[in-house]
Amino acid sequence: MRILPFTICAILTTGLVVALNSKLGTVPPLGKMLSPSHGLWQNAEAADADFSLDIQSPYLKAPVEVYLDDRLVPHVFAQNDPDAYFAQGYLHAKFRLWQMQFQVLAAGGRLCEVLGEKVGDNSVLEKHDRKFRRMGMMLAAENSVKAMNEVPEDKAAMEAYAAGVNHYIHQLSPAQYPIEFKLLDYAPEEWTPFHSALFLKYMSYDLASDLDDFAMTNLRDHLGKEMFGKAFPAQADSLDPISPKGTMYNVQSPLPVKPANVDSLETAEPTGIAYEVDKPDPDNGSNNWVVGGSRTASGRPILCNDPHLGLNLPSLWFEIQLVTPEYNTYGVSFPGAPSVVIGFNDSIAWGVTNAMRDVMDFYEVKFRDSSMNEYLYNGEWVKTEWRTETIRIRGKADYIDKIPLTVWGPVMYDGTFQSELKNGKAYAIRWKAIDNSLELGAFKGLNRAKNYEDYLAAIRLFKCPGQNFVFASKTDTIAWWQQAKFPAKWRGQGDFVMPGWDSTFRWQGIIADDDNVHMKNPARGFVSSANQLPADSAYPFYLGGVHDVYRGVIINRLLGAKTGVTVDSMKQMQTDNYNIFAEMARTVLLNNVQENELSSAAKLLLDDYRRWNMRADANEKGMTIFYTWWNNFADTVWTDNITRKDGLPVPFPHDNTLLEGIIRDSAFVFVDNINTSAIETLPQMLTAALNKTAEDLKTAKDLSWSGYRNVRISHLLSGLPGFSRMHLPIGGGAKIINATKETHGPSWRVIVHMTDKTEAWGVYPGGQSGNPGSKYYDQFVDQWAKGEYNALWLMTANDKQSPKAKWKITFSKS
Amino acid sequence: MKFIATFILTILLGYIVYVLNDVLPWWTVAVAAFIAAAIVPLKPWASFLAGFLGVALLWWVLAAVIDNANAGVMAKRMAEVLPLEGNKMLLIIITGVVGGLVGGLAALTGSYTRKKAA
Repeated sequence: MRILPFTICAILTTGLVVALNSKLGTVPPLGKMLSPSHGLWQNAEAADADFSLDIQSPYLKAPVEVYLDDRLVPHVFAQNDPDAYFAQGYLHAKFRLWQMQFQVLAAGGRLCEVLGEKVGDNSVLEKHDRKFRRMGMMLAAENSVKAMNEVPEDKAAMEAYAAGVNHYIHQLSPAQYPIEFKLLDYAPEEWTPFHSALFLKYMSYDLASDLDDFAMTNLRDHLGKEMFGKAFPAQADSLDPISPKGTMYNVQSPLPVKPANVDSLETAEPTGIAYEVDKPDPDNGSNNWVVGGSRTASGRPILCNDPHLGLNLPSLWFEIQLVTPEYNTYGVSFPGAPSVVIGFNDSIAWGVTNAMRDVMDFYEVKFRDSSMNEYLYNGEWVKTEWRTETIRIRGKADYIDKIPLTVWGPVMYDGTFQSELKNGKAYAIRWKAIDNSLELGAFKGLNRAKNYEDYLAAIRLFKCPGQNFVFASKTDTIAWWQQAKFPAKWRGQGDFVMPGWDSTFRWQGIIADDDNVHMKNPARGFVSSANQLPADSAYPFYLGGVHDVYRGVIINRLLGAKTGVTVDSMKQMQTDNYNIFAEMARTVLLNNVQENELSSAAKLLLDDYRRWNMRADANEKGMTIFYTWWNNFADTVWTDNITRKDGLPVPFPHDNTLLEGIIRDSAFVFVDNINTSAIETLPQMLTAALNKTAEDLKTAKDLSWSGYRNVRISHLLSGLPGFSRMHLPIGGGAKIINATKETHGPSWRVIVHMTDKTEAWGVYPGGQSGNPGSKYYDQFVDQWAKGEYNALWLMTANDKQSPKAKWKITFSKS
Repeated sequence: MKFIATFILTILLGYIVYVLNDVLPWWTVAVAAFIAAAIVPLKPWASFLAGFLGVALLWWVLAAVIDNANAGVMAKRMAEVLPLEGNKMLLIIITGVVGGLVGGLAALTGSYTRKKAA
């Protein structure tokens, strides 16, 4: 042996291997990553891959057969519930393991474990993990697990599901880890019911968090109460509530009493809440409607649903059919939780949209001193309880976050957590999602519901986030309930930060389920919801939150005019790009724009706008012009009025407020630019906005709506363009039934026709496989963009020999 | 002849590593090249070359075969992630070169376990 060269070469080789085996900054471990035996090539699924398998587990009680069709939808035939959920857990893990685990890390404020304390200049610790811990996500999931453990069937379901996930994880070697684990260089972890609970709580964050209280408080302080009321009126003129105007409400729940000192406190509320926060998209919403047999060609109801959410790959949804001796249910499930979330069975169908009610409020807490051990409450000093959250950080020591707990809930913001609020004050969060809950029980109940009574019993388990559950049965019952445990609020309660030292500002009670707004078999023959207010001001409880106006109006207009409804006409309606907001704005825009003041480029745009059919189809230039023109107009109207000199954040008023304001009165009080001595008029503002639009669009190469914007479906790890789909040729937008915005939109379009043999159609912008190396990864994206649907195959036991059942996975007891 | 023998032995041992990927980590391909070079007496530079070419060729072929069965789906996406502007051929070439460097260096080390090359 030649010692010296040997040693040198051995060191060099080892060094190279170690370097290629390590994640350096954001660069994945290149050797491991590129190696055909362990790296990305192992995730390159053969185009003709065979998905058939035999699985044995001691956990199972009886054999389970799973048939996969050509879209990779599993049809699960089990003898009992736990076995069905074991199989579902296994299948979710097999096709979506990384996504399930990553979503739970995000939900629980654990991203630092894999991403490290910072990504670039962004502090994951401050911006995400501490925020989610202090918002109470872990606490909420713990409470949720406790509640579920008290219901034996729910506990069994969660455990069986977790056992299925873990069965998959245990047989996985590192070479088979999903690609994202390899890119970020970490390993999957054991799944528990707590993980499922956390994921379900993430839905509450996404759909029922209202972090606007601070910005609203800033704006009210800036504008004064009267002007604030004009910028944020309680109800839109054009509102068509879910429960039609004129409905009477005889409620039994006690009515809340407005605190006597609310007005003086509001005007005395100290200002200066600096606040900059990532929050869920305000357009997280949805459409659903059910057309009763009186309006359909078949005489049977048709149910339609399209939940609008952030669009990502892998998709939030996973299609599945679950068959047991008790039920036969098809629909979409959440990878991360057992049962079908939106679906149908042999007797009924159900769908959901978001209720948009405000169930997250903030209370300012006055601590006695900087130790935060005591806080003021009704004139006395009350002892703080403390909760410790340990945040593990990759490559660093743990971060220990000590969170004060008050009568309201956790103190989300205080002197130690200033990433979003910069005034050193403390604010506790009161959030319905933190209370115990049984969302899983509701879904399980819906899966097996046979009739209206079963549906009602099931949804009443649902406490948060508030949803509009629509219902259709084969016996032609149609219904809608806005369901959750909603706090009974006085008008305006929770719009602004409230005083945490005064118990009269608490939530005084929860609205009884019977008093929730609902409709059953209405005379008009349909029910619909599109995130608008569920009721007008005749409903005695304050609703809060931000509600869309326009989708509800157009849906009710279209449905009210339709008879002989068919699945095809519903497909057309669900993908409709008609812009009713543009229709309502057209007259006031054309009447006020001053053509002789327009630049020649703006004149050409005006001509195009005049010819526009008010549809937001992919090829429409008019939509681009209208969109840009309106936004320029709204910016110039509001900015001077709402901008604070100290730069503190304020909310931007809603489009319906401005449009209704200028329709009602061309001298709408906000139109004038308060920073100039002249009085600007509506015609001047609209004309200037169109001239600016011509400037803005001058350099745009493609003015068609889909060319102007970039509708995209991004991989959950932003910044992985190769795993995302960009520039999709699709129309639609906010306030339109096809609510497709750039990164947000219809996440699952489904139509269920309640004929004897159920006929159902659906599509989501993704694919059943979460593996970017699979051809099934984005299989439905192009179909979705075109507005096409897949026929959903409600497989029966007689179909087991059908060529449509391409692969078979058998689970048996070992 | 001996060069060819080292080269082929590297490929064979490297392929075993590939097949046993459930139990062996990826870098045992270095051990494969090391052993081949330690067994067959070659000059150090020739050992390096045999190890480099052996592992590089093995990785090129494996990547290309997998890519073909996969209809290029993964390579195309990864060539944007890594980022290689979506050039999947470049991804395959880099795969082989990285494997080759590991194999070559390991083989060089292996060659020095012997007293003197023949």
